[in-house]
Amino acid sequence: MLHFSRIKTAAILITVALGILFALPNVLPQSVRAHLPNWLASSRVTLGLDLQGGSHILLEVDGDALRKERVEQVRDEVRRVLRDQKIGYSNLAVRDTTISLRLRDPADTDKALVELRKLAAPVSTAMFGGGNSGEMDLTVSSGAEGALSLQLTQAGLEARMRSAVDQSIEIIRRRIDQLGTVEPNIQRQGLNRILVQVPGLQDPQRLKALLGQTAKLSFRMVDQSMSPEQALEGRAPPESDVLYGQDGRPYLVEKQVRVSGEDLVDAQPGFDPQNREPIVSFRFNSNGARRFAATTQDAVGRPFAIVLDNQVISAPVIREPILGGSGQISGAFTVQQANDLAILLRAGALPAPLKVVEERTVGPSLGADSIEAGKVAAYVATGLVAVFMIAVYGLFGGFALIALAVHVTLMFALQSLLGATLTLPGIAGVVLTIGMAVDSNVVIFERIRDEAREGRAAISAIDKGFVNALGTILDANVTSLATAVILFLMGGSGPVRGFAVTYILGLLTTMFTAYTLTRLMIAWWVKWQRPAKLPI
Amino acid sequence: MPLIDYIPAHTHIGFMKLRRFSFPFSAAMSVFAVVLFMTVGFNLGIDFRGGTLIEAQTSQASADVGALREHLIDIEIGDVQIQEFGSPRDVLIRLGQVGETEQAQQTIVNEVKAALGSDYTIRRVESVGPSVSSELVRQSILAMVLGAVAVLGYLWFRFEWQFAVGAIVTTVHDIFVTLMIYSLLGIDFDLTSIAAILTIMGYSLNDTVVVYDRIREMLRRYKKLPLPELLDTAVNATFSRTIIVSTTTFFATLALYFFGGEVLRGFSLAMTVGVVIGTYSTICVAAPILIHLGLRSRAAEPKEEAKAPVKPGPEDVLDVEEAAEFIEAEETVEGKSAPAPAPKSTAKSSTQGGKSSTQGGKGGGKGGSRGGKRRG
Repeated sequence: MLHFSRIKTAAILITVALGILFALPNVLPQSVRAHLPNWLASSRVTLGLDLQGGSHILLEVDGDALRKERVEQVRDEVRRVLRDQKIGYSNLAVRDTTISLRLRDPADTDKALVELRKLAAPVSTAMFGGGNSGEMDLTVSSGAEGALSLQLTQAGLEARMRSAVDQSIEIIRRRIDQLGTVEPNIQRQGLNRILVQVPGLQDPQRLKALLGQTAKLSFRMVDQSMSPEQALEGRAPPESDVLYGQDGRPYLVEKQVRVSGEDLVDAQPGFDPQNREPIVSFRFNSNGARRFAATTQDAVGRPFAIVLDNQVISAPVIREPILGGSGQISGAFTVQQANDLAILLRAGALPAPLKVVEERTVGPSLGADSIEAGKVAAYVATGLVAVFMIAVYGLFGGFALIALAVHVTLMFALQSLLGATLTLPGIAGVVLTIGMAVDSNVVIFERIRDEAREGRAAISAIDKGFVNALGTILDANVTSLATAVILFLMGGSGPVRGFAVTYILGLLTTMFTAYTLTRLMIAWWVKWQRPAKLPI
Repeated sequence: MPLIDYIPAHTHIGFMKLRRFSFPFSAAMSVFAVVLFMTVGFNLGIDFRGGTLIEAQTSQASADVGALREHLIDIEIGDVQIQEFGSPRDVLIRLGQVGETEQAQQTIVNEVKAALGSDYTIRRVESVGPSVSSELVRQSILAMVLGAVAVLGYLWFRFEWQFAVGAIVTTVHDIFVTLMIYSLLGIDFDLTSIAAILTIMGYSLNDTVVVYDRIREMLRRYKKLPLPELLDTAVNATFSRTIIVSTTTFFATLALYFFGGEVLRGFSLAMTVGVVIGTYSTICVAAPILIHLGLRSRAAEPKEEAKAPVKPGPEDVLDVEEAAEFIEAEETVEGKSAPAPAPKSTAKSSTQGGKSSTQGGKGGGKGGSRGGKRRG
């Protein structure tokens, strides 16, 4: 066991050298790093959000809202199809994901079935290049006496959820990009969740405000057939809704959307030239411009409402037809509100509301404190372990400490290379492995002592000690690895996973440093000293 | 040369005899732990219960927790806990889950932030909604169970089943005791705690496996040695290693506890306790429990199996007195391989045991394995 071929020696030394090389950029100051080649300079440990400060926000696409919207959409289509085909019906009702109705004349059943089935579309699967799974997103069935029911299928709803998540990710990215400077990490989690990680943000509240809004903009007419107060007393016309303004004032607004935010091509914050108030000016595409012109031509003198997510932002009176396809929204904004509204309008509306189901935000000062505390703990642990190991094993303890130093170096090198994130629990993992890393060394040294006690000569005892310890070291580390890997798999995306990563890397590197590297050092020492007696 | 040699090279501590004290002690601790779980329970953190945690730092010399509390109670946000966190300038505010929706929670958080005013900077906000927290509970339980199963499987594959069971019993014991500390001291139980528990699990197993490895090796080498003696020798042989590694790991967890910062304090305390208890259990539970799990000197087995038929043949028939002794020994020393000289606790069996040991010294292994056969 004490013989190393040249190639093996070289391989071990190269591994150590590479480890030092790739760990080095972590401790070099920025001025030195600037002169390094890019592949090396970038070899640094990525700090988790809990260390560098930032926000980790888990959003959930509101499945209920999505389902409700879809089922209402289908109901409207059913209405349109039956009207176009002149098929009489009654009792059109929506329950959960089912739409039911009764045909006036049961003889129309076959015709209605054929027409309504045209509404169903095949569900495209996201996997394997968008092939069809053969399932439809809607099933239509008939019962007795002209009863019909349309059922949204699970597969169809799931496909819708998938595309809603994809769309939302795109829109979130656009919104955050508008904030500038930050590099967000946005990814899908499971079927209906989106993880947004934004490092180093000074104002997480603003981020959440930007993410939490659906930003569905619509231009609708104000219904003047009665006052909003009358409508609130329960007699609202069926084609209108009572919506509230930012100040809590009620408005009676038509349900019909004249122009929607989808037709916007641009939105910019600015100031009203007359009263210097912050405003958002916008421009429609040709379709929107045409419809906006037609609406305003018909309704000069009447108020219309600019509605954002069911809230009336403003309800100005149309003084003259707006034909140019652009306009402005003024709603007693602050400058930042105007800015954010412009961002939201430019990025587009989310397909469904998002809710924040988990948030972890750490300010940069706490992160810096945590790093500092972690460093101190690591130094103290190393110091204590060093003194103890040298006290117990003397020279061999020194070998173990060199191995320990290389172990920590390799851990950082691997972490830098893999781009793994170092979190606060991850620092705990590093400190912990400083204590545990000497385990393999201790197992070996104790074995060597045992062999010497049984009467072997020094060199033979060393050799035998290494042989006998190998199995034990493997068994012990594999069991630890098993729990660490499970922690990694279960740890989700958060800090705990960071702990698992450092722990796993630590176990792997100790097996190399404590066994192979220590063995090489001792082999050299044996060659040089030819010891007759063990120093331990 | 080592400066100090305070860990004796040859220990001859009768660890197996210690089980008379350590088993009841460990059993009592485990039962106490379970009672605690059911009565006191855990101080579940927001990860598992949902809710919000806000860490804030005041620009004043120290935070006025009392005034803050009154201030927050005024705005009626339900369940609120405020405590100093680490330094007098830092406070930790915990809000329970409010309402069913995540939206309600967000509103409350904003209200608290407004109430804190400009004297405080918010250092950290963690908010977990009800759907996520229940998932985290499920995931964490799954992680622990999977961890145990994976390790059990590996040990079973590498060792005999008795070792696997012994290791699991020991590990579960360690986890219970660690959880007991969480329950007793009311430490926040959150995701980091799960990391701590799984790490302790890994550490405890690591420790146990090193000793088991030696026991297995000795079983092959010393075929005639009675099990308790063999176990004692193995534990003594690995004793210095166990103590040295526990000490270095203990240093690391202690350094984390004192210097690692407030956020990691619960984690490091649990780890420190886990290291101590893991060491104790390796020596005083993991090894001696093998005696009771019916681990036989494997050495005697293959030869015996070749010779002895599965059912006792005529040459295997013992005389009545001998048979009675065997049955007695089996009943009192359950699953014990050799009627070894280890004294039994009850008066009756101790005389019997003494008697059987006089003639069992040589044939103990043989008789034991026969006894085992007969049972099966």
